Amino acid sequence: MMSEQKGMFGASGTGDTSGYGGLVRSSVSPTSAQRPYGSYFDDVADQLERAFPEFHDAIEKVVVDRDELTLHIKREKLFDVAKTLRDTETLRFEVCLGVSGVHYPEDKNRELHAVYQLLSMTHNRRLRLEVSAPDSDPHIPSLVEVWAGTNWHEREAYDMFGIIFDGHPALTRILMPDDWPGHPQRKDYPLGGIPVEYIGATVPAPDNRRSYR
Amino acid sequence: MSTFASSRETTEGTIYSVTGGDWDQVASEIGSAKEERVVVNMGPQHPSTHGVLRLMLELEGETITELRCGIGYLHTGIEKNTEFRTWTQGVTFVTRMDYLSPIFNETAYCLGVEKLLGITNDVPERASVIRVMMMEFNRISSHMVALGTGALELGAITPMFFAFREREKVLDVFEKVSGLRMNMAYVRPGGVAQDLPEGTVSHIRELVKDLRKNFKDNADLLIGNSIWIKRTKDVGYLDLAGCITLGVTGPVLRSTGMPWDLRKTQPYCGYENYEFDVITADTCDVYGRFLIRMQELEQSLRIIEQCCDKLDALDGAPVMVADKKIAWPAQLALGGDGLGNSLEHIRQIMGTSMEALIHHFKIVTEGFRVPAGQVYTAVESPRGELGAHLVSDGGTRPYRVHFRTPSFSNLQSTSAMCEGSLIADVVAAVASIDPVMGDVDR
Repeated sequence: MMSEQKGMFGASGTGDTSGYGGLVRSSVSPTSAQRPYGSYFDDVADQLERAFPEFHDAIEKVVVDRDELTLHIKREKLFDVAKTLRDTETLRFEVCLGVSGVHYPEDKNRELHAVYQLLSMTHNRRLRLEVSAPDSDPHIPSLVEVWAGTNWHEREAYDMFGIIFDGHPALTRILMPDDWPGHPQRKDYPLGGIPVEYIGATVPAPDNRRSYR
Repeated sequence: MSTFASSRETTEGTIYSVTGGDWDQVASEIGSAKEERVVVNMGPQHPSTHGVLRLMLELEGETITELRCGIGYLHTGIEKNTEFRTWTQGVTFVTRMDYLSPIFNETAYCLGVEKLLGITNDVPERASVIRVMMMEFNRISSHMVALGTGALELGAITPMFFAFREREKVLDVFEKVSGLRMNMAYVRPGGVAQDLPEGTVSHIRELVKDLRKNFKDNADLLIGNSIWIKRTKDVGYLDLAGCITLGVTGPVLRSTGMPWDLRKTQPYCGYENYEFDVITADTCDVYGRFLIRMQELEQSLRIIEQCCDKLDALDGAPVMVADKKIAWPAQLALGGDGLGNSLEHIRQIMGTSMEALIHHFKIVTEGFRVPAGQVYTAVESPRGELGAHLVSDGGTRPYRVHFRTPSFSNLQSTSAMCEGSLIADVVAAVASIDPVMGDVDR
C-alpha cells in the first residue's frame, strides 16, 4: 500500500465538512510485471540475470509502468547489483543521475525508499532502481564507490529523509544547516508556515488549510 | 602572529582566523607562520550573480590542494511545498528553481505530469511547438547570462553589456507571450497557459535576424581574444571518464567530445522533427565549454526559425488538451496588468452558466486526480539533464516531486576541476559549469 487518506477535504479537526468524514481512500503502488515486459526491458532483465547469478534473490519485484522499468532491489544486494549494471558490457549503465528519497509512512517496515535513476549512454537506455529500508533501521549501502556522482545526492537524501548510506565517505547534511533538527521532506515533518491576516480575515498556513484532496 | 589574527587551539593544532584587515601585513606575517596550510573561505557568494555559493579552499601558496563547496544558502523547500498544492500549482513552484531557465523546469515537470496522466500523445502539436520555441529562447537567454557573467568574472566587462542587451530582447518575447519576464508558469500540464498573442511570429522572425548578427559580434569579442584564451585554455580540465562517474551533463560533458544531447538521443516535445546540430569540443576545458555555448546559440536560432514555420502552419490550432477534466478552465488573457482571466470567460461563468462556474471552481481549487505511480522525465536544459521524478498516490496533489538538477550534479565536479590548479582558475572553472544556485539548492 502506498498511502491512505481519510475524509474528503484533507484537513481534519474542522466541523464544516460533515457527511464525508467516513470516506477512506487508499492507493496501491503498481504490482509486479509479468514477462514479456516489452521494449528493451526484457533484454535488460535477461542480461542482468546472466551477469548476476543471485538475481532472483536480489530482486523483490520488477515493475513496468508508463514505459519505465523499475527494479526493486533488496538493500543487502544493492551494491553488487549496481556494480554489475555498471560493469557488464551488455548493460553498461555508466551514469547514475541521482538519488531521490521517498517517504511512505503507510508502507510498514519499508517506509523509506531510495530511488536511483540510471542511464546507459552506450545503449541509450534508462533504468530505475528502488530500494527500501524500515524507519527503525534506515540503512542503505552507499553507491559512491560505484558512481562517484551519487555523493551529494546521498547526502541530500540523508539530509531530507534521514536515510543513512553505509560506506559514504562523509555523510553530512548538505542543504540544511548542520545543527538542523529532523529531516524536512519526511511526511511526518510539518510544512510549517504561519497564518496570514488580510483585511480582518486570517488565512491559515497551506498545510492547515481546508482543501480538497 | 597575534597582530593580524585571533587564534584558538583545536585537535588539528592552532588555528588562526583572518578576516579583513591590512592584507599586505597579513601576507607578510603569514609568511613567518610555522604551519603552511592556509584555508581560504570564498564566499558565501558567487563572484558574479549565479546565486550564493561558498567555496572552502585549502591552499599551498597559490595552488589549491583541496576544495569543498558549501551549498544550501538558497534552499527554499520547493519540493516539499509542491506536496501541499495541486499538480497545476506545482508549475508555479518549480519554475522558480532554476531562475535562469524557468521554461525548462516547467516543461520537465509538465511532461512528467502528462506521462503520469497518460496523455503524452494528446498534447496538441501547437502546444509542443510553442514549448520548443520558448525553451530555445530560454536557452539563448540562459547562455547569454553564462557568457556575459563568465566574461565579467574573468575581467571582461563589454561582453556582459552585449550579452545582457540581447538577453533583454529575448525577455521581451517572454513578456509578450506570457506576461512575465521570468518565472512565467507558462507551460501547464496538458499544454501551455495561452496561445501566442497576435503578431508574435513575425516579431520573432525579425528578432532572429537581429540576434544572429549580434551573437557574431559578441563571439568575436571573446573567441580570438588572447587574454580570454590565456584565462580559459586548459583551465578547469575534466575528461570524459570524470564527467561520466560524476554524472556531469550538458556543455561540460560535450566539451569532452561526447555528443550527448537529450534533444537528439531521447527526443521529447517533437525535437526529432527539427534540424539542428549537437555542438561538441574536444578540449575538456573552460574554453571549449564557452565555445559550445556560443555555437549553441546559432543552433537555437535555427530551431526557432523552424518553429515559426510550424506555427504559421498550425495557426488557430488548440494549445491545451481537449479533455476538460484536465485542461485549465479559465480562458486567460494578457491585459495591461499581466496575465489574468479573460473578461469573456468571467462573463460566461458568472452570468450565463452555473455548470461552467462549478466546473471552474472544482478544477481550480481541487485540481485533477493523477493515477498512482512514478515517472522520471528529463529535458536537456542549458546546463545539462534536468530530470523530474514525480510520484503520485492517486490524489490531486503530488506525493513527491524531486528534481534532478544539472547544476547540483555539475557543481560537484568543481573539486575535480580545481584541485591542483591556481586560485584564480577557480573562478573560471565555476563560471564554465554555469551553476545556478537556485537550481542547486531548490
